[in-house]
Amino acid sequence: MGTFPRHRLAAVALAATGVLLVTGGCGGGDEAAGDGTITLTVDVFGQFGYEQLYQQYMDDNPNIKIVERGTGGNLDEYSPKLTQWLAAGKGAGDVVAIEEGLMVEYKANPDNFVNLLDHGAADLKGNFLEWKWNQGLTADGQKLIGLGTDVGGMAMCYRTDLFDKAGLPTDREQVSALWPTWADYIATGEKFKAANTGASFLDAATNTFNTIVLQTAGNAQGYHYYDTSDNLVVDSNPAVKQAWDITMNIVSAGLSGKYGSWSEEWVSAFKQAKFATIACPAWMTGVIEGNAGPEAKGKWDIARVPGNGGNWGGSHLAVPQQSKHQEEAVKLVKFLTSAEGHIGAFKAKGPLPSSPQALDDPAITEATNAYFSDAPVGKIFGEGAKTLKPVYMGPKNQAVRTEVENAVRTVELGQRTPEQGWQDAVDNAKKAAAK
Amino acid sequence: MALQLDARPPGTPAPRATRPSRAGRLSRIDAKYSPYLYIAPFFVIFAIFGAWPLAYTFWVSLHDWDLLGSNPTFIGADNYTRLLADSDFWHSVVNTLGIFVLSTVPQLLAALWLANLLNRQLRMRTGWRMTVLVPNVTSTAAVAIVFGVLFGREFGMVNWLLDLVGVDGIEWKSNRFASWVAISTMVDWRWTGYNALIFLAAMQAIPRDLYEAAAIDGANRARQFWTITVPLLKPTIIFCVIISTIGGLQLFTEPRLFHSGTNAIRGGPMRESQTMTMYMFENAFAPYYNFGYGSAVAWLLFALIAIVAAINVLIIRRLGAGARPDTGKRKGGSR
Repeated sequence: MGTFPRHRLAAVALAATGVLLVTGGCGGGDEAAGDGTITLTVDVFGQFGYEQLYQQYMDDNPNIKIVERGTGGNLDEYSPKLTQWLAAGKGAGDVVAIEEGLMVEYKANPDNFVNLLDHGAADLKGNFLEWKWNQGLTADGQKLIGLGTDVGGMAMCYRTDLFDKAGLPTDREQVSALWPTWADYIATGEKFKAANTGASFLDAATNTFNTIVLQTAGNAQGYHYYDTSDNLVVDSNPAVKQAWDITMNIVSAGLSGKYGSWSEEWVSAFKQAKFATIACPAWMTGVIEGNAGPEAKGKWDIARVPGNGGNWGGSHLAVPQQSKHQEEAVKLVKFLTSAEGHIGAFKAKGPLPSSPQALDDPAITEATNAYFSDAPVGKIFGEGAKTLKPVYMGPKNQAVRTEVENAVRTVELGQRTPEQGWQDAVDNAKKAAAK
Repeated sequence: MALQLDARPPGTPAPRATRPSRAGRLSRIDAKYSPYLYIAPFFVIFAIFGAWPLAYTFWVSLHDWDLLGSNPTFIGADNYTRLLADSDFWHSVVNTLGIFVLSTVPQLLAALWLANLLNRQLRMRTGWRMTVLVPNVTSTAAVAIVFGVLFGREFGMVNWLLDLVGVDGIEWKSNRFASWVAISTMVDWRWTGYNALIFLAAMQAIPRDLYEAAAIDGANRARQFWTITVPLLKPTIIFCVIISTIGGLQLFTEPRLFHSGTNAIRGGPMRESQTMTMYMFENAFAPYYNFGYGSAVAWLLFALIAIVAAINVLIIRRLGAGARPDTGKRKGGSR
């Protein structure tokens, strides 16, 4: 007996243990059920408002079963998960939602997704606002990885009870007339503050800054942190500096409640009516309703946003290449992003359609929101949507935005002066873009 | 394997019958190789979940590796040189060590004190002993979220209490030292009882006659504690320090969940309480997705733990060598 059998035995032993491990570790079942039913998983964040549409689709297609994951979740938690699934080649749903700020990053590696142009999506171009369609398209125009869901038309939500307490008008037309510009908004805020209601004028400077910068950039060159050739222009783009300066005026006037956006404290502040206004993209109405709760029904209303228009947020639906049921998934995406799908979602949870046909539909134009004192949300948000000027988002948009907003936050909390904050924003944005 | 004591048949038996010989050979093979089989599961699992990820992480750290990108480029030690010059990284190292010291020192002192109390004659002794362990069985995430709310700036209970005694509210989440204290409180709340029980077990192994003798000599309780209990607990204290070191340097859940809202992974607007593991996560995953850089952080964390562990070993050796003559001297002195 030489060493040969020993090796062989050792190998057999190892193999045996390996087999044990493998059989023990993988209990995952196959997705295809015996009766031919296909289960499609849809990954979303926040509120897309698709439940009824799913039901309708399943009724029309009895062989399809739809499961939604991630409802109500935070985008900050959703996007790293999606990236990990894509990187691992496993785990993502058959349909995934992609937020516009991250679209460019995902588009940089289009092979992770099914090219919807191969599935006849080109005919659907007229169903979307042109810029929304283009956001889903790769730079060379050869691949379409996502079809648009909503856009984030902008407004200003406010609490009528706090406005009343401060002796300000509460009617939405009159409130809109208070602040044609951001300077007027600040002036109104100072009046509100002088009335000592025990609440702040706005929730946090970070969200407001993001609203302003998307507006100033949209009205100027159409880009903020990156120019359209993907050069970082945080320090040289006047639109960013202008938005920064307006925000600093808000901060130095002491109008912000400094409730870090999306934190536990922010949610508590909603519940306890600790601030009077919040910059309000269409999808934010659902967030407000969820955070402030049923007891605040009828105490909120919606006015025009100061300045001019703007867009924040909005998503696309895509089909990852790893999906086992690409054909069926693409069909579902087409259904959910049809005018009918957009209207259904809007009715359920308020995301504003990116389909011009849906925007003209009476179901949208005549829609009101009972929670917001029956405000004509369809009219308020829909009006600007078709003329909306989108902002281009560069490759590391999310990371750069994080740095700039953090700089706003440090000034708001009094940790840095506005000058130091601006320097931080520029330096850290450069660092983030280089990572 | 050099000491293996196989019951080998003395000499080769004549091949009288084929069956016994085959059985004998099988049993010999069994005796010789089955030990490898028995220990194999550990090594196989270690190879899959320990060694391979370690090596792979190192391989990744030598690349410019976008998590989604299809073709990573080899860049050698670039990630490491960049990391060593990265002020945010060193900031996170200081945070980690700061939180570690702030949490471990009071924790072990409190545990020692608690153990000493529990070691006395008390009513419902078992009940008290079980009670100190209760925080340890709650989930870390739940603890972190609750503490995150307690330490809120405006709606938190801690600031409310401070306000009652006329102290201005503290920015627990955006003041570097305050956030360290808050996170250390969380760690201490959870682990003090656990350490106290370990100390208690060690205390009960100390012979009672030592205390009796000391009492006869007129030593009070405090004196007994410092000159008998503490020196004899040295090995246990060292054990607890090491366990706390390992946990402390990898602190993640508590600081991560202490912060909520956007970019909680930064641990505050100016990275006030971002630990090394959080920095690793921030780079490898959202928002940077720079897998190579994140892997480099992981390896430097590994190096730091190795260094601290080595220092621990040195201290133990020192103390171990010094302890025996030391106690001998004491005994001599007391006579």
